[in-house]
Amino acid sequence: MRRIINYAPSPGVALLLGAAPFVAVGMFYLAASDARLAVDAADKLMPGLSAFYAQMSRLMTRVDPAVAQPLFWYDTWWSLSRLLQGIGWSALIGIVGGILIGFIPFLRATFEPLIFALSLIPPLAVLPILFIAFGLGETSKLVLIVFGIAPFIVRDVVLLVAAIPREQIIKAQTLGASTWQMIVDVVLPQALPRLIESVRLSLGSAWLFVIAAEAITAEGGLGYRIFLVRRYLAMDVILPYVVWITLLAFLLDYALRKLSAAAFPWAKLREA
Amino acid sequence: MTEIRFEKVWKEYGSAIVLENVDLTLADHEFLVVIGPSGVGKTTLLRLLLAQERPTRGRILLDGAEIAAEPTADRGVVFQRYSVFPHKTVLANVMLGPQWAGSPLLGRLFGARRRALRERAMALLDRVGLAEHAKKYPAQLSGGMQQRLALAQSLINKPKVLLLDEPFGALDPGSRRAMHVLVRELWEEQAMTIVMVTHDLMEAFHLGTRVVAIDRPRRDPQAPERYGATITSDFCAKPRIVRDSFRFEAARLRAAAEREADAPFLTRERD
Ligand SMILES: Nc1ncnc2c1ncn2[C@@H]1O[C@H](COP(=O)(O)OP(=O)(O)O)[C@@H](O)[C@H]1O
Ligand SMILES: [Mg+2]
Repeated sequence: MRRIINYAPSPGVALLLGAAPFVAVGMFYLAASDARLAVDAADKLMPGLSAFYAQMSRLMTRVDPAVAQPLFWYDTWWSLSRLLQGIGWSALIGIVGGILIGFIPFLRATFEPLIFALSLIPPLAVLPILFIAFGLGETSKLVLIVFGIAPFIVRDVVLLVAAIPREQIIKAQTLGASTWQMIVDVVLPQALPRLIESVRLSLGSAWLFVIAAEAITAEGGLGYRIFLVRRYLAMDVILPYVVWITLLAFLLDYALRKLSAAAFPWAKLREA
Repeated sequence: MTEIRFEKVWKEYGSAIVLENVDLTLADHEFLVVIGPSGVGKTTLLRLLLAQERPTRGRILLDGAEIAAEPTADRGVVFQRYSVFPHKTVLANVMLGPQWAGSPLLGRLFGARRRALRERAMALLDRVGLAEHAKKYPAQLSGGMQQRLALAQSLINKPKVLLLDEPFGALDPGSRRAMHVLVRELWEEQAMTIVMVTHDLMEAFHLGTRVVAIDRPRRDPQAPERYGATITSDFCAKPRIVRDSFRFEAARLRAAAEREADAPFLTRERD
């Protein structure tokens, strides 16, 4: 007998093991749903596969008269556009702010405490303020996402910039680089892979803020729909929507990871 | 002509005195090696010369004028580690200095100037034995190769003074010997001044034309920070008259090497 930490599964076995919990949860759900439906065929809490299929094909294909397109795609488009705008602005603020604050000592002394304080404020607590200040439209939702994740990204980039070995910065100066040239050729390229990492880490919170804002008021969106149909206990809509949001989050994360690996081949080398 | 002068230089951090009363004049084209025990202030001395740190008292003069208050292109440097940019290829690392000098806004040269620079960079890479690695990233190179890259990167800017802070400290003995030869030859070819810090006595006397030792001449066991280190010995390791005949000597050695190549048995014995 070796110690248990010295036994590792082969790749194939690892795949099977990883899939097993998903299969188990699915089977458990289906069994429980069958049992409930056997007792009461009109049960709404745990619909069966056929109910999901019927409801989803309706939402995906039937054009809703109010918005002139199928609701599912309409909601997806709204939520994704809010999410991507929020993340885009946050990333931009993060990289520009993070580099300037991390690299220029006077800016760092001035803004680092402020960024730290901002990142401690729970964004949802200021949501009412945002609604009052920016109205109930798209602006307040965008500001909520940016407020929620930009300070985190700025801080992360600041830490990365501060962690670039001093030797590199001195070396750049002995090669005649100006501050601008150091930012463009030394700091920015090394900060970008980290920016993508911290955007990936922020995706979860970004979704949280999108859905929270949509829950309160929106024209449409995945979160809006979930909270709207909650009143009718429409689990046949809510559960597929949750799965869809999870899938979108996974795909975004996957795309960012691939982008990082393709755009910054040297960053992987350093870890090796 | 490059002359470096330390005039009664002190460096204190708060109440801790690191260097006290360092006085030194370094003639043109010297290879100065600074030796001393670990933690005595060798790196601090080099940082002062780089203007990464400012002396708390005294002045440092380069060719009679006080050195710039920040690192500038007249003083190149190679540290023990982290001297090259991990996100740039070997060739791009070497081309950086002239690109920055030639294009303030974009930091990129184009067309004929770029081609000329690339040729110059490739020649230099060839000189330090990295030509076939031009497209690799630093992380794909060994420690010795990274240091050779750092040398090439500094030399393309033709600095007046090259500062080396324990540049071979992290290398295995084999690459260390190869680096010694390379640095010695580059020092001759580029006719620059080198200031190198090491704690290896053999290395110091092997490479340097002048070797200074820094240490704390006085000690207070109750308060070790009360006294700083200063130059305690100063050796002329290779008198100038010997060096001035270096080219003659080199030619003689080359001729001898050619004779040995004709007599392979002798060469093998000597290895
Ligand atoms: N920024 C600093 N603040 C305070 N003390 C420092 C600083 N830099 C170096 N020292 C002190 O100066 C002394 C000499 O350091 P250093 O020059 O790095 O030594 P060496 O390179 O000879 O090993 C050490 O005792 C170190 O603690
Ligand atoms: Mg040192």
